[in-house]
Amino acid sequence: MNKKLLLSMHRKMLTIRLFEEKLNSLFLQGQIPGTLHLYNGQEACAVGVCENLSDKDWILSTHRPHGHAIAKGVSLQSMMAELFAKETGCCGGFGGSMHVGDINKGSVPAIAIVGGNIPIATGVALSFKMQKRKNVVCCFLGDGAINEGAFHEGVNMASIWGLPLIFVCENNLYGASTRIENMIGVEKLTDRLKGYGVKSFSVDGMDVTKVYTMINNLIKKIKSGQGPFFLECKTYRFVGHSRSDTNKYRQKSEEIFWKKKDPIIRIEKKLVKEKILDTLSIDKIYEEIKHELNQAVKFAKSSPHPKILNMKKYVYA
Amino acid sequence: MSMRNNKNSTQKMTIAESLRLTIQQEMERDKKVFCIGEDIGIKGGFGGAFTVTLGLSEQFGHERILDTPISETGIAGVAIGAALSGMRPIADVQYSDFLFCAMDQLVNQAAKLRFMSGGKLKVPMVMRAPGGATTRGSQHSQSLESYFLHVPGLKVVCPSTAYDAKGLLTSAIRDDSPVLFFEHKLLYGSKGNRAEKGSISPVGEVPLYDYTIPFGKAKIRKKGKDVTILGKLRSVYTALEASKTLDQHKISCEVIDPRTIVPFDSKLLFNSVKKTGRLVIVDECTKTGGWAGEISALVQENIFKYLKKPVVRVTAPDTPVPFAPKLENFFIPQAKDVVKEVLKLF
Ligand SMILES: Cc1ncc(C[n+]2csc(CCOP(=O)(O)OP(=O)(O)O)c2C)c(N)n1
Ligand SMILES: [Mg+2]
Repeated sequence: MNKKLLLSMHRKMLTIRLFEEKLNSLFLQGQIPGTLHLYNGQEACAVGVCENLSDKDWILSTHRPHGHAIAKGVSLQSMMAELFAKETGCCGGFGGSMHVGDINKGSVPAIAIVGGNIPIATGVALSFKMQKRKNVVCCFLGDGAINEGAFHEGVNMASIWGLPLIFVCENNLYGASTRIENMIGVEKLTDRLKGYGVKSFSVDGMDVTKVYTMINNLIKKIKSGQGPFFLECKTYRFVGHSRSDTNKYRQKSEEIFWKKKDPIIRIEKKLVKEKILDTLSIDKIYEEIKHELNQAVKFAKSSPHPKILNMKKYVYA
Repeated sequence: MSMRNNKNSTQKMTIAESLRLTIQQEMERDKKVFCIGEDIGIKGGFGGAFTVTLGLSEQFGHERILDTPISETGIAGVAIGAALSGMRPIADVQYSDFLFCAMDQLVNQAAKLRFMSGGKLKVPMVMRAPGGATTRGSQHSQSLESYFLHVPGLKVVCPSTAYDAKGLLTSAIRDDSPVLFFEHKLLYGSKGNRAEKGSISPVGEVPLYDYTIPFGKAKIRKKGKDVTILGKLRSVYTALEASKTLDQHKISCEVIDPRTIVPFDSKLLFNSVKKTGRLVIVDECTKTGGWAGEISALVQENIFKYLKKPVVRVTAPDTPVPFAPKLENFFIPQAKDVVKEVLKLF
């Protein structure tokens, strides 16, 4: 894997991590309204996928969307402003944490109804095909979403029509407090896909290079007329499900096991080992990103509130 | 729980605690009662999105506090099937917004099975649904009571106090019809890290003994003579707050809480409006096609000649719920909006 790519993926993962750390501290200080579902630990999934995509390839996201949006190139300023509920936010302050995205970057503002994004992704892929657009769609979903009816309908339709779509299932073992293994009647969640005639794969979602390579191959297959595909990224969230969750339903030993696989530490080790970076230059990257984030916070804080006037305006086109 | 030792007494509690106690007592009383929903009984988990079932799986086991996959159509359908065949399920959707995922089961099935079977079937189920705007954006903030008002065959319950929560939930569990039981997120009074910012958290004396509140019996929350203000769930408190300001304007408000909107206590409302000649309805549901409009029609059809002024609706506007607090505050009917509209009537 070339140096430039590794560096880019490292920077993006780190940006997501530091963005959310900043966000969380602002949230705890009461500066950010609403609730947060943090992506901490899962960064390699979003980055490994989106690094393969152009602005014309689209992603669909979930209630845990910050990482997806940043990886797809949504600006930090517009993300931060959205979380501060400001008019300059990527959704004008109308969406909030669970709905970030920017269609100009191919990031459909996220959908917080579990599974709700899945048939919509199928629709986008169908439209790409109808319009003979040579682009692909990646639909992020959690492990929990595979038990929604919408998943089954969306996946089946994508399958019968052979659409240019990759379902990226981030299996972090839990949907909120519920372990996925207790909620499926098959051994592995990918077993489900056989029933729909959709080829499925699993990958170590804590290794960005592996996710990248897998998606790269799947896109090649799609370009040669195959598809859709389903990719399970095995991952873990290092933090609670949402703002107030303290993870009492998880074993400490399990958390420790996964923390050892931290995707950012992993790529940093690789970068150092391959002599692409040394610790000094890594520190510099941290500082650069932190500076960018401070700028984003400044931008967000100094931005105006959204206008009540626009509420009616945005109801109908 | 120690509270069960002296069943004749009352205890101060929040709505979340009152609902929990009710479920516990009904499950102890009747083996047919069980709970079904997402994240309701997981060890070390949340006890549902708002702590209502916290601790119950320890007492009743995971068969009666039944955790499901994320499958709302399934939750509703399974509850219906179980209800048809002898059980009394209490289903839970974490946020009322997700009721839409289960709409076919609730509207085409639960509401109609009794009717379609010529009265031979019954569906004694409760669907608990937390609603209300709490800066979570358009898909986690809606007030959906009005949608279900439009479905013949469903009962719709809206408790606003801890006392009512227990009496009404007990009635709902024992009722042979499907009941949509709406709870407002800002009224739970959940404690610790589940507490909601901006909570009103009514705490009230709740009897530990068994009691029911019949459906279709409204409650006068404040007596008055110049104007009637009708509001449910959180809007009861908005109305009460407005009435305090209006006292200073020498306008005496009668505040009515319907407690159930299907069935609806029109008699109590009519008596009040006959006395005051003025009616303002406060509601967090959006305006068009909503509950407030329905009540307005009901009043003008029946007691038009008593009205001194047109009926006024103070509701959410016809938009999705916005995220930004500034916009959300505009979306939610506020006491000052009620005051403004009432003043116009004099
Ligand atoms: C239709 C629907 N049901 C329930 C919820 C509440 N909810 C939000 S996230 C979540 C768990 C989702 O689990 P998973 O799909 O594995 O995603 P993760 O949170 O692990 O990223 C639940 C139950 C929801 N948002 N939408
Ligand atoms: Mg998950």
